[in-house]
Amino acid sequence: MNLLQYWRENTRYGRLATKGILGMNCRNIRYISRHNPRSLYPLVDDKLKTKNLAIEHGVNVPDLIGVIDSQHDVPKIARITDAVPGFCIKPAKGSGGKGILVIDRVVDGVYYKTNGQAISLPDIERHISNILAGLFSLGGKTDFAVVESLIKVDDAFLQFTHEGVPDLRVIVFRGFPVMSMMRLSCASSKGKANLHQGAVGVGISMDSGKAVRAVQSGRPVSHHPDTKQSLGDLVVPQWIAMLELACACYDMTGLGYLGVDLVLDKNRGPLLLELNARPGLSIQVANDAGLLPRLRRVETIKKPEKYPIVERVAYSRAHFAAQSQL
Amino acid sequence: MSKSVSSNRVPLYILVLGLLTAGLFLTFYRHYVFDVPWLPDAKRQIWSIEAKIEFEALGQPVKLSLAVPDSQPGFERVSEHTASPGYGLAFVDEGAKRRAEWSVREASGRQTLYYQVDMLFDQENFDDMVADPPQIETVTYAGPEETAVTQLLQRARSRSADAFTMTRELIAEFNNESQLAQLLVQQKSRERRLVEMLNLAGIPARVVQTLYLEDGRRRQSLVSYLQVFSGEEYALFNPQTGQQGQLANQLLWEQNSGSLLDLVGGRDSRVSFSIIAQEVPASRIYQEKVAHLKNAMDFSIHSLPLEEQTMFKGILLIPVGVLVVVMMRILVGIRTSGTFMPVLIALAFIQTTLITGLVGFFLIVGIGLVIRSYLSRHNLLLVARISAVIISVIIIIAVFSILAYGLGLAEGLKVTFFPMIILSWTIERMSILWEEEGAKEVFAQGGGSLLVAVLAYLVMINPIIRHLMFNFIGLQLVFMALVLMCGNYTGYRLSELRRFKPLVQGN
Repeated sequence: MNLLQYWRENTRYGRLATKGILGMNCRNIRYISRHNPRSLYPLVDDKLKTKNLAIEHGVNVPDLIGVIDSQHDVPKIARITDAVPGFCIKPAKGSGGKGILVIDRVVDGVYYKTNGQAISLPDIERHISNILAGLFSLGGKTDFAVVESLIKVDDAFLQFTHEGVPDLRVIVFRGFPVMSMMRLSCASSKGKANLHQGAVGVGISMDSGKAVRAVQSGRPVSHHPDTKQSLGDLVVPQWIAMLELACACYDMTGLGYLGVDLVLDKNRGPLLLELNARPGLSIQVANDAGLLPRLRRVETIKKPEKYPIVERVAYSRAHFAAQSQL
Repeated sequence: MSKSVSSNRVPLYILVLGLLTAGLFLTFYRHYVFDVPWLPDAKRQIWSIEAKIEFEALGQPVKLSLAVPDSQPGFERVSEHTASPGYGLAFVDEGAKRRAEWSVREASGRQTLYYQVDMLFDQENFDDMVADPPQIETVTYAGPEETAVTQLLQRARSRSADAFTMTRELIAEFNNESQLAQLLVQQKSRERRLVEMLNLAGIPARVVQTLYLEDGRRRQSLVSYLQVFSGEEYALFNPQTGQQGQLANQLLWEQNSGSLLDLVGGRDSRVSFSIIAQEVPASRIYQEKVAHLKNAMDFSIHSLPLEEQTMFKGILLIPVGVLVVVMMRILVGIRTSGTFMPVLIALAFIQTTLITGLVGFFLIVGIGLVIRSYLSRHNLLLVARISAVIISVIIIIAVFSILAYGLGLAEGLKVTFFPMIILSWTIERMSILWEEEGAKEVFAQGGGSLLVAVLAYLVMINPIIRHLMFNFIGLQLVFMALVLMCGNYTGYRLSELRRFKPLVQGN
């Protein structure tokens, strides 16, 4: 007994376990393989399928400009993006934000990326060819390119971002949102919103949408490294609507352990960006909280499918709130 | 709504337990019932050599005679047997000559016969090189041949003191006077000529066929050596270089100047040798030398033909490498590029040895990355680009081999053991990683892969592990159980203890 207590309090392993931090092996065995049937993976691994499914279920998504699915159609890119000010090219089966090219504006046939770097039309065509060949897709399978309209960052987030669009990651377990964080791109992450590439992760309290804690590269931060804005001021607007959108993604896919990436568009409100059947674990570092206690609590709910979205959101807001450390 | 995958773990635990029990039972059974030792013991080393004879039978009576080895200094014959369904077999001892003779009334089509002999290596006995010298046969020469022979013999004699130095000088003369040598080897082989000339000088000598014994070799052939006598003592000479002495792993297969194989009623005959080293308990060898040995071994991989056994010697090690990868990834959390790429690299390291392997790996992958970064500028489709990388890798390997050979570095030739397709994919993945995540991630994953490969290599070359895996097939089940157990581990990886460190600091 004493030995067990010593282990819990004085070894790092024991303290992590006591805090309920979810590890990679446990996530894979207990949650992903148990709650995510393999047959449902294509729904989230293919962005175009996700998009069509979302439209079917009335979930808002960024506007689709076009799809390029063969090498022959690659030159079409100039024509289909002719009428729009900016656009974004994504590999349909990409993972981890790989292969996403964001074109901010087009001036006299020169394309500008969000960081102001100018690239030519052949560069864009080459990028699309790479996408089609499967350079960015899981397992190198052939892929196609999805062209979407740009998202306009909501004013509430303008002070918290450098180049990229900040997004909200929500972990939804059996239909209940359990944990969330904002991912803010910054100069050191080169405009990307992935934590392992140096983006800032901000843990968000589930009751209010207010920031709890922020980390960059595993270390706590209190201000955005580029804009110097205090991260303690960060509050996600339309918080309830965001959570409801996340819950709706569970209903439409049936994936029990799901990572939902949402953005807030200035004009269109909450939009679904993409879904992830294998969401990462860094969200725990951003929140300074373990996932396991929350997952275990949701596991005790019998027949979770009986609860409508509104009740599920209310449940999460009541049980998964956290005090701000900022 | 979510369909849950079976969460009941009991069947898995029963399976693991069953595999462990069965595996350990087989292992202990082999140890206690068949006396297979836990640890390898060099003194009890037995070389099993299998001669595989293949030929095309012509639909007539077939008579086949194969020279077979006898006990000799350093090697004691413990048992021999053959596999030749339908053939009559007799062992013939014509004085010192031993031959196995097969016969059949009628045979047609491709025929395969096996002869296997087990030789016990005996270090103590190895240095007494004594045998009955052969008769001296005098050949008479005429014309230009006579002049050449006389000239060569005269020079060699003037520079030598006894039979062995004479032989060495004669071979040296053969190498120096290439024109004279050319003349002499037109009608008879170099070895035969050397024997004739030594006989002419009054030195008993003969051509012997030797086999280099290396564990796990297949499709080997015999190498001709000169056996030169001084009284009862003899010495072996390499007829090409004149080097004197017998290697500890050199077996005299045929030592009576006879032919290796005589065949009547067939054509296109071929003899190839497979060699394997086995650890067999000494007690068994001395008590029941011949017959029972094979029965005891029948329970295992040892009942297969030797050629297949040598193959299994490598295959049975793979689970060890796989377990290393599984543990490194699941328990430690090292990222590798390509799940089992490290095992394949480790297998290549076994062939090349570690330092050569590492140097080769860095050279190939390094140059490959440079070529790949150039290719990426050309906007190629993926399949074509990887194919180009594969061809580049092959060219790099070929150039290295030629350069290394030219510089006299025989080690360099071993780069051909690397799995080229796997290396190409490694280069492609690392190159993409470089473009997307930067050099740091490339070194992290590349270093991780190499670390795991080196660890797997170190485990796989361990003689005790090799001995256990080859002799106790039950261990395969134990490894299966261990891998299944790892697959069920829900605890933290070592790397996660570092990753999540900020979460428990200062508490």
